[in-house]
Amino acid sequence: MSFKLFNLLVQASAWTIGISAISIAIGFLLALVLSAALLSGKALYRRPAEFFISFFRGVPLLVQLLLIYNLLPFIGLNVPSIVAAIIGMSLCTAAYQAENLRGGFESVPRGLVEAADMVGFTPRQVFLRIKVPIALRLTFPALVNEAIMILKSSSLVSVVGIVEITRMAQDLASSTYLPIEIFSSAALIYLVICWSVALAGRFGERALPGGAK
Amino acid sequence: MTLPAISVRKLVKRFGQTPVLQDIDLDIPEGKVSCLIGPSGSGKSTLLRCLAFLEEASEGMITVNGEALGFFENARNERERLPAGQIRTVRSQIGMVFQQFNLWPHMTALGNVSEALKTVHKVPKKEAEARAMAQLVKVGLENRAGHYPSQLSGGQQQRVAIARALALSPKIMLFDEPTSALDPELTGEVLTVMRDLAAEGMTMVVVSHEIGFAATIGHQISFLDQGRLILTGAPATVFAKPRHPRLEQFLDTYLDRGASMLA
Repeated sequence: MSFKLFNLLVQASAWTIGISAISIAIGFLLALVLSAALLSGKALYRRPAEFFISFFRGVPLLVQLLLIYNLLPFIGLNVPSIVAAIIGMSLCTAAYQAENLRGGFESVPRGLVEAADMVGFTPRQVFLRIKVPIALRLTFPALVNEAIMILKSSSLVSVVGIVEITRMAQDLASSTYLPIEIFSSAALIYLVICWSVALAGRFGERALPGGAK
Repeated sequence: MTLPAISVRKLVKRFGQTPVLQDIDLDIPEGKVSCLIGPSGSGKSTLLRCLAFLEEASEGMITVNGEALGFFENARNERERLPAGQIRTVRSQIGMVFQQFNLWPHMTALGNVSEALKTVHKVPKKEAEARAMAQLVKVGLENRAGHYPSQLSGGQQQRVAIARALALSPKIMLFDEPTSALDPELTGEVLTVMRDLAAEGMTMVVVSHEIGFAATIGHQISFLDQGRLILTGAPATVFAKPRHPRLEQFLDTYLDRGASMLA
């Protein structure tokens, strides 16, 4: 297997990383809204959020992607497949991240909130200065985990025609008849990316203020 | 006679149907140390938390320096809840120290002490930190200012928590079993800080198992049992023999916890 083939796989990994990173970021913002709805205590907000989460956690990502890819043109939205892929992945990861965040917010010790109440914080200040930083800290390892899951799940967007690592490997394997070398290389590239994320996560966790040193 | 710092009238607190405090009438004198003692489950911590409005009393009134805390009686003699902003204003006279310290783990000692000055009182960062540092000096922790709570011992954390409350210049300090979560060898440093504070004339309400501390530093002792205030008075009267039988029984069980000096 030539260096040129390997290089094509490395180039395709830009798509894997790009789509994953954008989806995780969008998913995180959506998850903040969803978790706020879950914790609002109002059925009007909570129920739709619960429905959203059970749908996107209950349907395989592959089916979600195919559904979105075919549904959007059907309702008159002709979007490039990359957009369909990002929408599908963002909605899926949002559902998982929302549950993580909800758990994080619920785990903020009550005493820390009481201490803030006692020094005169408004509910908004308690939320921004105490609950959010502590919940994020508690959720951080789960967030890194989710990032790794999404990186690997991004191989599924090959079905909507995006040539990321997996699709490139399939194309190369069928044209070069070197499936073992090529899929091994693809595996290696995934492994390096995910290791890097895990490593960065561990450093990040240690760098968080007040974290275990 | 001067106005009491805190006045509690006909206070009842129920958790669901279960009454935990019944018919509490209590005055907390200004500039004195008042101690609430009693067995576990007697309601002493709940009473203290009502004084901080961390628990809302089911019935009755609490006034802090003459101002209603949380609830007031309106023109039709109905009990009505004050707006949140007003509750915060009345509560700003009160500082609270918790059993579990409750320092914010993502902020340094200095950050914990200066946070409310910056966020709530909009004091410029530099001035807030200078004032926070002065409080850390007072509790003997100026060289731990940059440490996070996870890097401090329990006793140091509790002293930072005291400094955090003092930074806002409260008129009254409430202590909820401030040494109960500490190793025995660390309780001394916290009690020393509290003793200094008492000597300065701070109005203090202390829930404590440290009967020795209550007897030596307290000006007023209130003994609670099963949600009722059994007796209140100066230590010399409350602890003098013959004692109230339930107090006698309670002290017997605490003889090994610093009350032996009273036996």
